[in-house]
Amino acid sequence: MTKKSVPRKTKSGKPAARRKAVKKNTPTATNDELMEYYKGMLLMRRFEEKAGQMYGMGLIGGFCHLYIGQEAVVTGIQATLKDGDSVLTSYRDHAHMLACKIDPKLILAELTGRATGISKGKGGSMHMFSVEHGFYGGHGIVGAQVPIGAGLAFAHKYRKNDNVSVTYFGDGAVNQGQVYESFNMAKLWNLPVIFVIENNQYAMGTSIARSSSEVELFRRGESFKIKGESVDGMDVFAVREAAERAVAKCRAGDGPALLEMKTYRYRGHSMSDPAKYRSKEEVSKMRAEFDPIDQVKKRILDANILSEDDLKVIDKDIKALVSEAADFAQNSAEPHPSELYTDVLVAE
Amino acid sequence: MSVEILLPAMSPTMTEGNIAKWTKREGEKVSPGDVIAEIETDKAIMELETDEDGVMGKILVDEGAEGIAVGTLIAVILEDGENASVLDGITASVVSVPSAPPLSISAEQSDTNVTAPVTVSAPEADFPEGTGFSNMTVREALRDAMAEEMRLDDSVFVMGEEVAEYQGAYKVTQGLLQEFGEERVIDTPITEHGFAGLGVGAAMANLRPVVEFMTFNFAMQAIDQIVNSAAKTNYMSGGQIRCPIVFRGPNGAAARVGAQHSQNYASWYAHIPGLIVIAPYSAADCKGLLKAAIKNPNPVIFLENEITYGYSFDVPDLDDYTVPIGKASIVRKGSDVTLVAYSIGVKFALDAAEKLASDGIDAEVIDLRTIRPLDMETIIESVKKTNRVVCVEEGWATCSVSSEISARLMEGAFDYLDAPVTRVTNEDVPMPYAANLEKLAVVNDERIVAAAKTVCYKEDK
Ligand SMILES: Cc1ncc(C[n+]2csc(CCOP(=O)(O)OP(=O)(O)O)c2C)c(N)n1
Ligand SMILES: [Mg+2]
Repeated sequence: MTKKSVPRKTKSGKPAARRKAVKKNTPTATNDELMEYYKGMLLMRRFEEKAGQMYGMGLIGGFCHLYIGQEAVVTGIQATLKDGDSVLTSYRDHAHMLACKIDPKLILAELTGRATGISKGKGGSMHMFSVEHGFYGGHGIVGAQVPIGAGLAFAHKYRKNDNVSVTYFGDGAVNQGQVYESFNMAKLWNLPVIFVIENNQYAMGTSIARSSSEVELFRRGESFKIKGESVDGMDVFAVREAAERAVAKCRAGDGPALLEMKTYRYRGHSMSDPAKYRSKEEVSKMRAEFDPIDQVKKRILDANILSEDDLKVIDKDIKALVSEAADFAQNSAEPHPSELYTDVLVAE
Repeated sequence: MSVEILLPAMSPTMTEGNIAKWTKREGEKVSPGDVIAEIETDKAIMELETDEDGVMGKILVDEGAEGIAVGTLIAVILEDGENASVLDGITASVVSVPSAPPLSISAEQSDTNVTAPVTVSAPEADFPEGTGFSNMTVREALRDAMAEEMRLDDSVFVMGEEVAEYQGAYKVTQGLLQEFGEERVIDTPITEHGFAGLGVGAAMANLRPVVEFMTFNFAMQAIDQIVNSAAKTNYMSGGQIRCPIVFRGPNGAAARVGAQHSQNYASWYAHIPGLIVIAPYSAADCKGLLKAAIKNPNPVIFLENEITYGYSFDVPDLDDYTVPIGKASIVRKGSDVTLVAYSIGVKFALDAAEKLASDGIDAEVIDLRTIRPLDMETIIESVKKTNRVVCVEEGWATCSVSSEISARLMEGAFDYLDAPVTRVTNEDVPMPYAANLEKLAVVNDERIVAAAKTVCYKEDK
């Protein structure tokens, strides 16, 4: 996979000068978009690798679920959102927060349980929130975020704005009853909610075939008259294109929408999963042939936007950014003991 | 730049590991995602992957080495083309992780190490003379209980998330699939309300389901079926329809898993007529009570504790060993104060009793074992002797098991009390994630010691 670096001319022009579209059999993209998604996904990957290392050092406790391999899903979808939209997901939430443009420092500080963390160190990896960024968690109970996401959409409709709620959940979560209760209400009331199933093919150690009578998850909305769509979740542009349609539909008052993203997680379910339920070959094949970052990288190189050397510089910068966040986290103090009793009820 | 590989923590409770195998040799190329070693942890053999591109420079800990501390430098990876001379003089050593910078004020923290396995010998009294004992973990005892009951009664089956092929999220059902096959050891989808209800239906049809919740936090999805269907149908049917089902799984705080995954449900279920609620501590009680629960014709809530799964105890080598439901056990005899506890609270109480002994206070420790029905008789007999009670509970105080005991002591033992019944519990807040706050939130032996001294009217000098 290591490419020899061919020196190429680096352009540093401004957006307007670089609207040259890259044509492939996947949807078109401008050079700026390619670069934006590349950097965004690389940040997620490096962040998660760092989180994994810090867990290994005992700096992060409890459960820690990494998003490595799935970066294209949240990157493609978030690219279609605007201010005021709401987003929520499961405990596998670090990358969703980065995609919401939340400062990596605040996330790593939360993962390490420090006062400077986004939940003041009280939430941890699975329970993080940022109202400022429209990010409503970070939910530890499988499937529980789905009706909450419908509720956020209900609020958008109630207030008559054209914002949407994007509700992410897994292929394991689709079997929870409350998902279908939500589907029904969402369609009945035309709520602007985009249900995004991140089908990474496993729920902990259970493959989708072992847990689901209908494995084509995009069809799970059919009996509620929600038309679903299955999408290549390893291709950020395919994701974005599908999301654009879904979001437009919801903004126009014609929600809900349902997208099944076919994706893959490279790491274990959480840091303590020995992952004996799938073969090493299966993982290596996904990594080697479908990696979402490599796909974009190839397009960048093929289109001569940047050289391999230029990309190395970008990687270095991102690594530095992540290291800085890790330093920030490690140098932050733990919460003051008095914080134990704050935020239980809202003070009047 | 070379990259140092430290032995990572690979689970919330791992403190050391064994190098089962190096899968990359010195000089071999490594790429991101490659497995470089297999590490044996407290629960499983885990693959150690690298995120690096380079060459395995030096392996510092031999294959087969055991008890390597987390944080030990075990290997160094060189960048492609990097000179191996940087490896000179490097040896395996523990690289310490800087702790959080201190707060400006001194945070009072107790150092209760709740994860260290303990070994407790069984009290001699209860067993026939000449009984042999095997030392085993709580995890093994629970597994053996299920296996024995499955051998005895083919209507017993086990169902839950990851119980079969994965061998249990906490490895409690290890080996059951291999012995009993997939008809009796059943992996479910993540659909607690559904499979709890299905279990109730199967029990009404006279099967004997053992339903595992990955943790009891997730049983809240299913609590309607437990309370409205399992607990009440016998009554509503005038005794026609039985529901012989066991709902089991870890309950209470684990380690650093935050508010949604750290709750004690003992008092929730204890509130419900029609349920039996069991929350044992020792491996022998876990085995004997789980067997009794499976044999029992009623719905039983069987609350385990993740932190104690790895604790070892002596378990009697008796055929079909059961422990009576509804009977508390005196795990330490004493005369000055009675400490009443259950589940992991028993460990805190025993630790506290040790400390109290060195201060001249002789504490009696009662392990409730069953929460509903409560064995008030054993508690009251103890109070007649000590005249003082401290209730210990790893859970919230409000409407707790401790509150219930306190109320019943007022009703049944008021005249024997020389001091107010005192509850030592977790703080009245959702479980915080931060390490320092979590320690402050959870009950510990120091607080029990302080409470015991107060009821004995002995001040700390
Ligand atoms: C109600 C509930 N049941 C069980 C769990 C334990 N659990 C946590 S994640 C998980 C698997 C979920 O898989 P999936 O929905 O596919 O999401 P992924 O982890 O693949 O992102 C399970 C069983 C939980 N957190 N909540
Ligand atoms: Mg999944």
